[in-house]
Amino acid sequence: MTSQPSQRTTPATPATPHDREAGHAGGGPVLPQISERRTGPFAALLWSRLVEFWREPEAIFWVYGFPILMVLALGFAFRERPPDPPRVDLVPATTEGPAATAAAALLAGRAEAAGIVAGERPLAEAGERLRTGRVDLVVEPQAGNGIVFRYDPTRPESLLAKARVREALEQAAGREDRLTGEDLLLAEPGSRYVDFLIPGLMGLSLMGGGLWGVGFVTVEMRIRKLLKRFLATPMRRWEFLLAVMVSRMLFMIPEMLLILLFSRLLFGVRIFGSPLAVAVLVVLGATTFAGLGLLVASRARTLETVSGLLNVIMLPMWLGAGVFFTRERYPEAVQPLLSVIPLSPLVDGLRGVMLEGLSLAGVWPQLAMLAAWAAVSFAIALRLFRWT
Amino acid sequence: MTSPATATPAIRVSDLVKRYDSRPPVDALRGLSLEVARGECFGLLGPNGAGKTTTVEILEGLLPPTSGTVELLGLSWRESAGELRERIGVSLQETRLSDKLTVAETIHLFRSFYRRGIEPDAALDLVGLLGKKAARVGRVSGGERQRLAVATAIVGWPELVFLDEPTTGLDPQSRRQIWDIIDALRRAGHTVVLTTHYMDEAEKLCDRLAIVDAGRVIAEGSPASLVLSLGGPHLIEVSATRDDGEELPLERLAAIPAVETATRRGGVAFLATASPHHALPAVVAAAEGQGYELTRLVTRQASLDDVFVRLSGRHLTDPREPA
Repeated sequence: MTSQPSQRTTPATPATPHDREAGHAGGGPVLPQISERRTGPFAALLWSRLVEFWREPEAIFWVYGFPILMVLALGFAFRERPPDPPRVDLVPATTEGPAATAAAALLAGRAEAAGIVAGERPLAEAGERLRTGRVDLVVEPQAGNGIVFRYDPTRPESLLAKARVREALEQAAGREDRLTGEDLLLAEPGSRYVDFLIPGLMGLSLMGGGLWGVGFVTVEMRIRKLLKRFLATPMRRWEFLLAVMVSRMLFMIPEMLLILLFSRLLFGVRIFGSPLAVAVLVVLGATTFAGLGLLVASRARTLETVSGLLNVIMLPMWLGAGVFFTRERYPEAVQPLLSVIPLSPLVDGLRGVMLEGLSLAGVWPQLAMLAAWAAVSFAIALRLFRWT
Repeated sequence: MTSPATATPAIRVSDLVKRYDSRPPVDALRGLSLEVARGECFGLLGPNGAGKTTTVEILEGLLPPTSGTVELLGLSWRESAGELRERIGVSLQETRLSDKLTVAETIHLFRSFYRRGIEPDAALDLVGLLGKKAARVGRVSGGERQRLAVATAIVGWPELVFLDEPTTGLDPQSRRQIWDIIDALRRAGHTVVLTTHYMDEAEKLCDRLAIVDAGRVIAEGSPASLVLSLGGPHLIEVSATRDDGEELPLERLAAIPAVETATRRGGVAFLATASPHHALPAVVAAAEGQGYELTRLVTRQASLDDVFVRLSGRHLTDPREPA
């Protein structure tokens, strides 16, 4: 206590407790010197969030490792590979005839050219395989010219198999083609599945990072009563909330750069539009999901509650926002709903800029929708937020 | 105390009521009033659940009272919250500071919240943690963490410091260290408000204290005057029974001139006295002259716990009885 280099000299200093030892002979204890602060609360809060994050190996993995592994895994899984040929079971013909002959020809070596995998199986077994999804189509040659196709009309592979088998059988039966066709295959960057996928994964990462990073972290601090402790200081609330969100945004920037870099180097994914527009979308997306994270975390008092809420919010977005396949696959009736869930405008905007080369102005509806989500979630979150 | 700053008390609280709207509603505070002078170390002593933490959290502006008035440094929370936050320092019960930050980073963070204050290193020096600056909070001992919590409360060099149960759960050596820090704070001129359920802590540290039970102040004063209110600084514990099992009547003991007050609890009579050398022979005579056998005769210093027992019929460490 006595090692302080300086003595307090100004009794009028307002931040100094009044000195009850002042009248004592020989003076009171040596008091530390009062000074003005040098670092503001926002900067200090932001810095401690960044430092805490860097010292959390698990967080580093989930924020940086996991999305990159996902890009790698999905990118390779869907990398310029034709879809598996449909599988077809042919039931052995019981009578002679053109249908039986064509079927035999298909089995004897035309299957590969026809783009299918074919095998011969008795009806009972083939039916069972069709029912359990191990085969896409069952073909039964009948007496004469008749052929029976058994399949599930809701399965695209089955429809494809039927078309191909029908074509191959017709050709085997001697049909002459009148027209010639030439296939020009789509393999340009910008139009492949991986090009479609990468902006979606960027959106997913921004969503996960914002929701978990802000939602989980704030609830955890609430449980530790650290929020309450901060509230007992002159720190202003918005400075804390802003620091949590900005720190999260700062974590996201390297992550986005890593995803873009990896997908460029490994899969040749390019940004056709302006990188600035991508940056704006990324920052706005991170803000929106940070705001939603704050909203989800605004009342929760246990980690179980916040985890449950986050999963409830994230699941429909994983499935419905068109990350892995376009939203057009869903029924018409739900599409207006799906197009406004917050991940949809982000992914649409990123695809618009990266694949279609749109400018910032070209994605204004998406930007507006994201901004609206951000504003609404912040406004509600700030009102509901529980500090104790 | 002649400076103008001391014209108003550090804390003035009257008729504080706090009702939690649970089912059934819980009355945590039922009309609590107290006044704390500037520069004193004031203790709120009471068993768990007495309302100590509720009281300090209302004083700290973290909890709104259901009714009653609170004035800190002559200011109210409603009108001067921003200024009050700059002028008070708080250590809450059970705050877990971030494990991943170092001791120095934690104190820098808290320093940044206050416009004026002391250097972070000076705060760490005051609590004896300068040597642990670079250690992560998650790796220091419980006592060191508690000292860090106190450092965060004083880094803004507040006029008024609230320490809620600062030594609960600590080993004796760590408690001593915290006591030394509190003593130093008081000597440096801070007003300190301390809650505790340890009577030795209250006795050693506090200039004045309020004994709180069931949401009310049941006694107030300096530790010595509270003990004296029993009737004397000494306590004689007596048990005496006859062969037929009958206990020595309390009135007989109370009638002894040197005995100021007499109470019975669990088969033991507690006699407060200022002069045990006069009281003891009379106690022995009263018992043996009537054919009672003394099974217990203990003389000791009266404590704040005895005051609490006298007022509430329970010990400070007893679990709370249903209200």
